[in-house]
Amino acid sequence: MMTLLNIDPSLVDWSRAQFALTAMYHWIFVPITLGILFIIAIMETRYVKTGDPEWKRITKFWMKLFGVNFAIGVATGIILEFEFGTNWSNYSWFVGDIFGAPLAIEGIMAFFLESTFIAIMFFGWNKVSKKMHLTATWLTALGANLSALWILVANGWMQYPVGMAFNPETARNEMLNFWDVFLSPVAVNKFLHTITSGYVVAAIFVIGVSSYFLLRKREVLLAKRSIIISGVFGLMAIFAVIFTGHGSAVQVAQKQPMKLAAMEGLYKGGESAELIGIGILNPKKDVNNQEKPFLFKIGFKGVLSYLINFDKNSFVAGVEDLVHGNPEFGILPAQERINRGKLAIHSLKEYKKALKHEDKTSANMHLKTFEKNFEHLGYGYLEKPEDIVPNVSLVFYSFHIMVIFGTFFVLVFAVFLWLSMTNKIDKLKWGKPLFILGIITIPMSFISSELGWVVAEVGRQPWVVQDLLTVSAGVTDISSASVQTTFWIFAFIFTALLIAEVSIMTRMIKTGPKTKEGGNK
Amino acid sequence: MINEISLLFFQQYWWLIVSVLGAALVFLLFVQGGQTLIYQIGKTETERNIIVNTLGRKWEFTFTTLVTFGGAFFASFPLFYSSSFGGAYWLWITILLAFTIQAVSYEFRSKPNNVLGKKTFEIMLFINGLFGTVLLGVVVGTLFNGVPFELDSLNRVSWHGSARGLEAILNLHNLSLGLTVFFLARILAILYFINSIEQIDILKRSKKHLIYNTIPFIVFFLSFVIYLLIKDGFAVDPTSGIVSMQSFKYLNNLLQMPVLIIIFVLGVVGVLYGILNSIFSKKIYDKGIWFAGIGTFLVVLTLFLIAGYNNTAFYPSLHNINDSLTIQNASSSLYTLKTMSIVSLLVPFVIAYIVFAWRLINKKKITEDEINDKNEHTY
Repeated sequence: MMTLLNIDPSLVDWSRAQFALTAMYHWIFVPITLGILFIIAIMETRYVKTGDPEWKRITKFWMKLFGVNFAIGVATGIILEFEFGTNWSNYSWFVGDIFGAPLAIEGIMAFFLESTFIAIMFFGWNKVSKKMHLTATWLTALGANLSALWILVANGWMQYPVGMAFNPETARNEMLNFWDVFLSPVAVNKFLHTITSGYVVAAIFVIGVSSYFLLRKREVLLAKRSIIISGVFGLMAIFAVIFTGHGSAVQVAQKQPMKLAAMEGLYKGGESAELIGIGILNPKKDVNNQEKPFLFKIGFKGVLSYLINFDKNSFVAGVEDLVHGNPEFGILPAQERINRGKLAIHSLKEYKKALKHEDKTSANMHLKTFEKNFEHLGYGYLEKPEDIVPNVSLVFYSFHIMVIFGTFFVLVFAVFLWLSMTNKIDKLKWGKPLFILGIITIPMSFISSELGWVVAEVGRQPWVVQDLLTVSAGVTDISSASVQTTFWIFAFIFTALLIAEVSIMTRMIKTGPKTKEGGNK
Repeated sequence: MINEISLLFFQQYWWLIVSVLGAALVFLLFVQGGQTLIYQIGKTETERNIIVNTLGRKWEFTFTTLVTFGGAFFASFPLFYSSSFGGAYWLWITILLAFTIQAVSYEFRSKPNNVLGKKTFEIMLFINGLFGTVLLGVVVGTLFNGVPFELDSLNRVSWHGSARGLEAILNLHNLSLGLTVFFLARILAILYFINSIEQIDILKRSKKHLIYNTIPFIVFFLSFVIYLLIKDGFAVDPTSGIVSMQSFKYLNNLLQMPVLIIIFVLGVVGVLYGILNSIFSKKIYDKGIWFAGIGTFLVVLTLFLIAGYNNTAFYPSLHNINDSLTIQNASSSLYTLKTMSIVSLLVPFVIAYIVFAWRLINKKKITEDEINDKNEHTY
């Protein structure tokens, strides 16, 4: 039998790297898909309502760009779905009874909706009525967004496992209440935060491309109309992102305090905890030394406490509290949890052994010990208390850059929207730098969106299921060389496809809609 | 007792759903089959464009069905998902790679500045067509021939095959099913071309290639089925759960579930009728795809059902026979199965809108004019 404590650490690292690679490539394409479909649907609605052929032309242009983006999102998505099995098979079994249901529902409800109506959307222009086509576009948008729902519910469950009980006979978690899983506050916040962030990326993409046209003084009407629609859409979305981002942080503080501590670089927790606006971490700092955590920072005392608990004097736990324990606030030292976790693992094994020998008394005794220590189960796979600390600097910087960029996007949307609505945008004297800024905002939106996932997923390390299963215990038992090989194969293929995609898209944008303005009935 | 019965009911129900998805998937592999025929049937650039576009309007159905098939397996029989995907790592990764390169190939193939060039994307489509069909066939073959895995007391998998799943290709029975699926997919593709393209040269060549592909298909199909019916199978004792070898297990499964014999025969007849009518009909017979398609569905459905029903281990372990997976020991909990069953009531609705959309798009046959029309979305 595989002894999990002896698992090859490089296997865990390569498996994580492969999943991160796939997820991050996938997430280049998904946000645009989520958002631009709604933007396209709104444009097409304008076309159907007004009958203005220019709206049709605009709709078709963005739809073409969407098509290029969509295919590669699908390609990376299938790998992600199956990587749960190929690289995280122990995890797949441990969570399968809960995780599988959302994935199956996703397939039945969402994927077919999306893939069926997308065919009408692309090929149906001359085959179905205007209204039928418009319906297909809206249904595709709905399908794409529903596709995101279920996988995010599953992800929410990993961060905050609820609605289940561990079955020692089968050694897995079994679902007790579907609604607890589906409506878990972590899942709900995560879903809303993630899809609205996708809307922001898509809106910025549309504004950025429109800026290119304005810069070249081409397709001015297309650009202005596109900016107005995506500006309104994006502005609404970014406020939703901020709102749900706050909701997510509150959830993180309650359910994953270590992640929050890493996000804020908070080593020594306490009352009136400080919110860091900007800061540079001290690279020498770790949980066991007395170095200062920051070389430089601008912080706001009590604000973190207030945002998390609505009380500026409340306590927020830091990395050191969670590692070494803080009896005053009822935080157990990690070593204590490790001991209890090991006891849980041991008693589970003994329980199964006793069952085999039909020794009921012994089985019952071990089962009781197991159940008493179950909440610490995952700690039993750790070697030392420091193992519960994720990469603080990666999480801290990712979080802060995401927030800073996000705040900047509010301004971008507001400025572009206002200038377009007042019809000044193509008459500006200082248009050039503004439009260049609009273009530069595109990569910024991708970066901040990816960083959001870095915060969520690096911040939860070493857990694959919070407190219950570590990444090292969830990984598939396979040679590290195999995973290393597939990592490079994936890296090569994804990169080649990305280069092709960017090249095609850039060319398409430069060419613009082929038909003349106002034409193409 | 009641709970026992109802759990078994839901396990059987979900095996049926997985089987239906698997059967639909094999039918939809006609897209993959067609991708291996682009150069054999399309002799000019326009002809190849017509073929790629004909298939390109359907690739998402195959893809989505594959993804849903995987998702449904994960949801209903998670132990299969974790042991097979984690165990037969290289087999599945190869299949996944073959599908990864497909999705983009349609979209990127004829776009300006696609960096890799048209030919590269056509090769990718070919690779997807070849590996996608053969290897999925091999995977289904392993349901009857087993794979070398082992489970520990916490149901964690370890694999004892040298090539993490790829060794399954060396089993001739698995391979014969793989090749059957490959040639069948090509046949279905040809029938689909005849059904939906209006271009005389393509139609003529299609008919010729239909004959070429039918011969190897029948040879491989017969060898697979005959061996299946005479070979030993993995039987489960319903009370103790102990797995043992039983002679003529799969033949017995058919005989003990006679309705499956009817479904199987109907399926075989449907496939042959669709093919032969298309070959011998003097006029262009364009309904062959429906007979052969439904026939394919029925035959594959039967194969899945005799693999899992009637106290049979559907994923046998060659390393330790009692680690073999059955629909009972590999399934999700009763609660999860019940919850998902409620969602599965949506399936007829999903099928209805797929049929509706399919008919809308296929109302008119695909012609050269449509493919050359710059206002149309073409691949």
